[in-house]
Amino acid sequence: MKNIDSHTHVTGTSVYLDDLPILQGTLFAAAYGSPVAHGILRRLEITEALQIPGVVRILTAKDIPGENQIGGIIPDEPLFADHHIHFAGMPLALVVAQNRDAARTAVKKIQAIIDPLEVITNPRIAQAKGELIMPAKSVIQGDTNAAWPQCTHIFEGAIDINGQEHLYIETQGAYAIPQEHGSLKVYSSTQGPTAVQRTIMRVLGIPMHRLEVVVTRLGGGFGGKEDQANTWAALCALAAHLLKKPVKYALHRMEDMAMTGKRHPYMADFKIGLDAALKILAYEVTFFQNAGASADLSPAVLQRTLFHCTNAYFIPNVSATAYSCRTNLPPNTAFRGFGGPQGMYVIEAAIAAAAAGLQVDKSLIQSANLIRTGEAFPYGQIAESEASACWDKAVALYDLENIRAAINAFNAEHLLLKKGLALMPICFGISFTNTLMNNARSLVHIYSDGSVGISTGAVEMGQGVNTKILQVAAQTLGISYDRVKINATSTYTVANTSPSAASATADLNGKATWIACNALLERLLAVTDLNVSRERLSIQNEIVLLDGVATDWNWLRLVNTAFVQRVSLSENGHYATPTIHYDSETGKGHPFAYHVYGTAIIEVTVDCLRGTYETDSVKVVHDFGVSMNPDIDRGQIEGGIVQGIGWMTLEEVIYNEQGKLLSNALSTYKVPDIYAVPKEILIDHLHTDNDNLAIFRSKAVGEPPLMYGIGAWFALRDAILAFRPDAVIPFVAPMTPEKVLMALYSKQSVPAYEEKVSHLGIDS
Amino acid sequence: MLLLDFIRYHQHLPGTKTGCNEGDCGACTVLIGELQNGTMHYQSFTSCLTPLGNVRGKHVVTIEGINLPNSLTAVQHAMQDCAATQCGFCTPGFVMSLTGFCLSHKAPTLTNAIAAIDGNICRCTGYKSIERAAARVAQLLEPRNGSTPAQYAAGAHILPAYFVHIPGRLEALHSTLESANDVAAKPIGGGTDLYVQQHDALRQKALRFLYDQPALKGIRQEGDKCILGAATTVADLVASPLLQAYFPYLSRYLKKVSSTQIRNMATIAGNFVNASPIGDLSIFFLALDATLVLSDGQKERELPLRHFFKGYKLLNKSADEYIVRLWFYLPSQHTLFNFEKVSKRTHLDIASVNTAISITMQYDLIDDIRIAAGGVGPVPLLLKETAAFMTGKLLTESLIREAGFLLQTEVSPISDARGTADYKRLLLAQLFKAHFITLFPQLETAILIR
Repeated sequence: MKNIDSHTHVTGTSVYLDDLPILQGTLFAAAYGSPVAHGILRRLEITEALQIPGVVRILTAKDIPGENQIGGIIPDEPLFADHHIHFAGMPLALVVAQNRDAARTAVKKIQAIIDPLEVITNPRIAQAKGELIMPAKSVIQGDTNAAWPQCTHIFEGAIDINGQEHLYIETQGAYAIPQEHGSLKVYSSTQGPTAVQRTIMRVLGIPMHRLEVVVTRLGGGFGGKEDQANTWAALCALAAHLLKKPVKYALHRMEDMAMTGKRHPYMADFKIGLDAALKILAYEVTFFQNAGASADLSPAVLQRTLFHCTNAYFIPNVSATAYSCRTNLPPNTAFRGFGGPQGMYVIEAAIAAAAAGLQVDKSLIQSANLIRTGEAFPYGQIAESEASACWDKAVALYDLENIRAAINAFNAEHLLLKKGLALMPICFGISFTNTLMNNARSLVHIYSDGSVGISTGAVEMGQGVNTKILQVAAQTLGISYDRVKINATSTYTVANTSPSAASATADLNGKATWIACNALLERLLAVTDLNVSRERLSIQNEIVLLDGVATDWNWLRLVNTAFVQRVSLSENGHYATPTIHYDSETGKGHPFAYHVYGTAIIEVTVDCLRGTYETDSVKVVHDFGVSMNPDIDRGQIEGGIVQGIGWMTLEEVIYNEQGKLLSNALSTYKVPDIYAVPKEILIDHLHTDNDNLAIFRSKAVGEPPLMYGIGAWFALRDAILAFRPDAVIPFVAPMTPEKVLMALYSKQSVPAYEEKVSHLGIDS
Repeated sequence: MLLLDFIRYHQHLPGTKTGCNEGDCGACTVLIGELQNGTMHYQSFTSCLTPLGNVRGKHVVTIEGINLPNSLTAVQHAMQDCAATQCGFCTPGFVMSLTGFCLSHKAPTLTNAIAAIDGNICRCTGYKSIERAAARVAQLLEPRNGSTPAQYAAGAHILPAYFVHIPGRLEALHSTLESANDVAAKPIGGGTDLYVQQHDALRQKALRFLYDQPALKGIRQEGDKCILGAATTVADLVASPLLQAYFPYLSRYLKKVSSTQIRNMATIAGNFVNASPIGDLSIFFLALDATLVLSDGQKERELPLRHFFKGYKLLNKSADEYIVRLWFYLPSQHTLFNFEKVSKRTHLDIASVNTAISITMQYDLIDDIRIAAGGVGPVPLLLKETAAFMTGKLLTESLIREAGFLLQTEVSPISDARGTADYKRLLLAQLFKAHFITLFPQLETAILIR
């Protein structure tokens, strides 16, 4: 079945935040962000800005009727800085004007008098100075100290991983409209309507039942609108509440890039020990997460880094410690993979270091250590592993031996072009790491004409969740897809929702829908005059079957009869993931409903004259369980792979030493274009009929494929080494053409991205 | 006013999306149709960088303008069938670019269909499903044979029926339009760079639209000279049979200059006047030793391009002067030309370093050589000392290596978002070698790259 939004998408009739018709009297907002990354705000000079024609009011911290606080996990983030400024772009004031241009012009006239303080952008420096978001977290398995003497080979190294800009093509935004009784209706481009509602409740001091947050769809989210949509919604709500007028703010791209957080950059140190048979006996890793100026979702992201620090491998002795380091960058936030990719890059780098030291192929170490069913992850959960099944199938299906032979022949033949190869196994846990968030509700109404309307907490952002929910409902009720409509997500229809995140949205909301539809079906089948036991009845293609044989009862007759008999045609299904638990004190538990596995084989070609490269192919065997929508799932995998490759090779978030973002527009921040993607992506299913907790046994597919992209970094490394076997290639990501060329020819080590300063090449 | 704002906020047609405001994502792509000799020519534009004045008297087609009353267009069908839309925000832009491909005279190949969407960014799909849709669109056009693209499109469910009336409506419109041009206003060409730099400032200014002035258009040969109007677009360069004949790899070079949409809009004079140290066309024409013709509205003067750039963003041009045309001597049969560009992303990106070379050989001797390089100094550079050193010498591997050292004394790159100074020096050295490896296959590559 096609994505239910595809018709409106291709005709340009899908409605996004900035497309909503504007109500009369609507005002337009624009935020003034701090020009300085760290300092004390002495004074705001707004006189000149107020004189711009059309400017209505300029709001600051002192205008907040409730609490000047938007921190979700830790209350450490004011909406407006009122004294201490923590990052460049931190909102200091909000201009509200009669039109967008006036608001933007006025913002440029505001001046802040700030006493600058020392700026920290490097998480290691922050950690050394004790600038931590929270105490360090650890996950420990076995005893690494006891294991080191058993190791025949030990390798150590340091890692530097850059962040990633979400670059949803629709920027952040909100539109707040005052309602009677002091209520507000807020349209928000958010993955978490409840988070927006809660934030506004806090800032305005208005109870949640007066705040309706509505989301039709997002023009991309990728985690960037999980927590960071709150700011803009709260700003619009504040202005609308105070001025009693509708207020809209759709961010300009440069505002969005400068003021919002990204995927967390990480630094890390590792130590890995192996025995003579290439079994990894011990692994110690320390992560320095660059959290930015406040907690945001960093503690949860950090937790997932620890959970995934051994990727798809079993290592008996693990000691992983992670510091969430406070720096003067915008608060970094959720991004597809949520800390997992960083943890997985480091173990892959450790294995690459070991392989280089031992002069063996990296894949030998990888395959020798894949986790098996019954073995424990460092956090205590026992694996039901498909790691080897995926790996072995990929090696056989795509004929790895032949690929290798072809690459060797090519490299022998070409002086300036070299090919490289990497295998990338993945293992990703599905569930919110915060157990309490793993629940959802679905409100299903059957109308008297037989049509069905469904509201859930799921937010459609392109991942196809609404299509899957519609499939669940239609299949469960045995009716045609056309009868079902999925409504916009609203806090008035479904309350206290978890954000659409963690790849779990279709599982959670799909299960809730399944529960509601089953309850409705029970009531409907009870109204017939067939007088048989329930087990003998079913419904297919809108016809009620008795022992599999059609009766004269159909969907419309069921609905009509139930309506006449005053049977409720509405149901609110509630689902909470069973079996999951985690004790953060002991660092042990069973935090995930299940894991998703897979293996990718990645081939690249490097132009060793110019330092440029292409990805030739990504060949995947992916653990779908049983895909319920192959079109959508394939799209998620292809999109995830390309986004992952972008993160690892191309996309470079560059701040200068003063904490100012240099890659602040699409002209300076490059995501993959159509020519930058792999020439070939092959995807094969690992079909498993094992019971799992996924909806209709169709495993989550949103985040896991991103991590196949990590293989591109290692394939490039492989190609560079084919040209120059003694190349010094530090574990610094992304591997841009600059890093490649420097590794191919430079006599010194490649500079880390932090050392890059100075102005933009384009006009500033 | 910008076309995008006019479409979205004045005409209330929200299908055209605002993505980046820099012409870098293509979400705002529209088609601009122009009546030329009685037939319509449509090109894709990014409306976020198009001044409203540049579409005067033209047919502006938004996604709403191609929708059929009761079904999807063939392009829309292809996108839907191939699951080539996820969040949908970039989708109208892709649909418009592919529809523009259907209306162009380009051969219906997959390569050309992909090229038509090289200025559209999608963050969800990873493009593979869009490639599959593009392949279907190309297939769709195969039976086109002799009919013009517009005729074929109308019959193939690609466009609504009203398109057939557009030429007549535009004719009528032309007769009523007055041509007004305020000489004191700020001149603007395609706007593709000016609006990126001065988006807000330009709102307040009176503009003088040079993009469509007939006197500034056209590419022609006069004797051994090639003369180009200042408002010649990059797309015009690519399409020119004259230039294709003298520069067989022209389309390969210019494919690395921005995207289809921007190439349709950007003018050569705009690239010079913007004075970017890494302007691709500045580098290209510096190596050809092009001469500019400047006018202040009264009189004209000639100025070699190499004297045009005085310092960072400083031009040898008075405020009321504008470029009317440029000319260069067409290369002789002994002249070889090459253009190299490396950017972080290979396409639709600004160069880290770009360089062009024009080299005239007399047997194995270098008779004349010009090397231009961008991104390695405050202005687009012509590397005169290196050229002087090589002139009259026998072309050998060791000469190129020696010249490579001299080259480094002529440049002064800085570290910025496009790379560190060290990288740019190394990259220039590599691209300098790449020129010779490309043009002189008989040279020993292994010696050159050591």
